Amino acid sequence: MARESDRPGGRSAGPRGRYSRAALTFTALSVLVAIAFVLSLSIGPAAAGLGALFGQLTGGEADIAILIMREIRLPRALLALMIGATLGVSGAALQGFLRNPLAEPGVIGVSASAALGAVLAIYSGLSASVPLALPALAIGGALVAVAILQVLSGGRSTLTLILAGVAISSIAGALTSLALNLSPNPFAAQEIIIWMLGSITDRSMVHVALAAPFIVVGVAMLLATAHRLEALTLGEEAAIGMGVDLKRLRLLIVLGTALSVGAATAVSGVIGFVGLVVPHLLRPLVGHRPALLLPVSGLGGALLLLVADILVRLVTPGSELKLGVLTALVGAPFFLWLVIASREGGVP
Amino acid sequence: MKLEARAITVEAGGCAIIKDAHLTLAPGELVGLIGPNGAGKSTLLRAIVGAMRHSGEVLLGGDAHLTPRAKARMLAYLPQERRVEWAISVSELVALGRHPFERPFTRLTPGDLGAVEEALAQVGLGGIAMRSAKVLSSGEQALALLARALAVGAPLLLADEPVAALDPYHQLHVMELLRERVRAGTGVLAVLHDLTLAARFCDRVIVMRQGQIVREGTPRAIIDAAMLEEVYRIVPLIGEHEGTRWVMPWRRTTPL
Repeated sequence: MARESDRPGGRSAGPRGRYSRAALTFTALSVLVAIAFVLSLSIGPAAAGLGALFGQLTGGEADIAILIMREIRLPRALLALMIGATLGVSGAALQGFLRNPLAEPGVIGVSASAALGAVLAIYSGLSASVPLALPALAIGGALVAVAILQVLSGGRSTLTLILAGVAISSIAGALTSLALNLSPNPFAAQEIIIWMLGSITDRSMVHVALAAPFIVVGVAMLLATAHRLEALTLGEEAAIGMGVDLKRLRLLIVLGTALSVGAATAVSGVIGFVGLVVPHLLRPLVGHRPALLLPVSGLGGALLLLVADILVRLVTPGSELKLGVLTALVGAPFFLWLVIASREGGVP
Repeated sequence: MKLEARAITVEAGGCAIIKDAHLTLAPGELVGLIGPNGAGKSTLLRAIVGAMRHSGEVLLGGDAHLTPRAKARMLAYLPQERRVEWAISVSELVALGRHPFERPFTRLTPGDLGAVEEALAQVGLGGIAMRSAKVLSSGEQALALLARALAVGAPLLLADEPVAALDPYHQLHVMELLRERVRAGTGVLAVLHDLTLAARFCDRVIVMRQGQIVREGTPRAIIDAAMLEEVYRIVPLIGEHEGTRWVMPWRRTTPL
C-alpha cells in the first residue's frame, strides 16, 4: 500500500499513489467496524459477554447467553451496521451529487417522508395489528417523496432538487404534527414520539430481514454512482462533456437514497446527522475525491452508529438515551460549527 | 475523425437562440469561433457536446448515435464555466481527463499517467501538481482545467474561451499550446474574444451573431474593418506585423 508513495517520484495525493492513503483509511475503518461489532454483541445489562459465548464450547451455562446474543444483541448490532452504512453512503453520495458539503438524506425529504409513513402506521393503529405495516408504510412514504421529487425537479437543476426536498420535508413534518395533534389517545401520541426519537433497541431479526434487501439494493445503487460523481467535481457541464448521463445519475441517487434511507428510517426512526458528519470528517483522508468517499463513509457511518449504540447502553443503563437523541445532540452543534467555518472560508 | 454539426437549432423560452447552425471541425485545424456577447457561441458548443437540448444532428466520424462515453473519448470539452467543487489536488484534477477511459476504483494505466503528466508539463503546472485545486489563482485554475481537457488526448477539442482570465504571456502560451496540438493532428475549435489572437493563430474563423453563423473563412478574408463594424459595431485599428494581421478595437460605432 505504502509502496506506491515511497517510490521516487511517487506522490501520495496524486494519481500515481491515489489509493495508498484511501486504502489505509479503508482498512483501518474495516478493522474498527469489526471490533465495534464484536463489542456491541458483548455489552449489555445481562451478563452475556464473550466469555459466556466461549463458555458454550466447554459446556457451561451458555444457552441463555447465546439466546440473548442471537435474539437481542445480534439484530441490534446488525441494524447499527446497516443503518450506519446507509446513512454514511447516502450522505456522501448526496454531497457529491449536490456538490454541497451540507447535504444529507434529510435534505431531499426522504427521511421526513419515511417518518411520516411510519407515524401514519402507528396513528392508524395498523402497526398494532400488522407488525410489518410500520416498515412498509415508511418505505412507501420515502418512495412517494421520490415520485414527487422526480415530477417537481426532473431534468432540472440541483437547486430545484434541494428546494423541492425542503418543501417535501416541511409538508411531511406538518402532516406528522397533524397526526400527533389529532392523536386519539395519549398512548398513541407517546408511541409516535418515542419512535420518532430514533432507536434500534428491542428490534428483532424480522426487522433486519425486512430492511436488509432494500438497504442492500439502495446502497449498491449509490455505490454504482461513484465514478460519475467524480466527474461532477468540475460541474455539470464538464461532467456531461466527460460522458456522464446526468439524468441517469440523478435517478440512481434519488432511488438509491429512497430505498436505503426509507428502509433504515422504517426500523430505527429518524437518526440524523450521521450522513452529514461522517463524509465531512473522512473527506480529507481520501484526497477529497467523491468516489473514494462513498465506501469509506459507509464504513465510517457503521462505526459511528455501532459506537453510539454501545455508548447509550453504557452511559445510561436502564433508561437508555435514544440513539437519535444522541446523534442529534452531537451532530447539530457540529452542523452549526460547519456552517460558521464554511462562512469564514475555513472549511471547503 | 471529423465533427459535423448539422442544422443545430436551440430554443429557449419560445425563441430560437441558435438558428440552423452548420459547422465542421477536422483534425489538424484550429478554428476560431468569434462574435459579440450573446451571439450564441457557448450555447452552440454546449449543444454539440450534448449539454443543451437542441434539434439537428451532431456527427462524430459520421456517427450520430455514439454513447456519451464514446463521444467523450473523441471530443474533449473545456466549458466556459470554471468550477472546482472539491479540494482535489491539481494532478487529480488533470487526471479527470482520463475519466472517459477509466473503470471505477481502478488505478490509472501508465498511458493514462503519461498523458496526465504531459498535459501538466505543457501548461507549466508540473511544479504545483500536489497543491489543492481550490487554492489556485484564477489563471492557474484556467491552466489546470485546460490541462484536464488536453489530458483526454481526444482527436477533437472544443474550448470555450481558453484564454479568458489569463495575462498576455499566458494567452500567448495557451494559443501556442493549442497550435502545437493542432500540428500533432488534433482539431481544435476555440471561442475567442481577442481578434488579434484569432487572426494570428487560427486556420479558419467562424463568426456568429444573434444565434446565426454569418461569416466563415480564413482570418485574412473575414477579420476586416467592414465585418467588425457590422458584426461587432466597433471601429478598429488594423495593421500588419510579421505577415499577420493585428486588430485593436478603437471606438464604438453608433450606440444602439
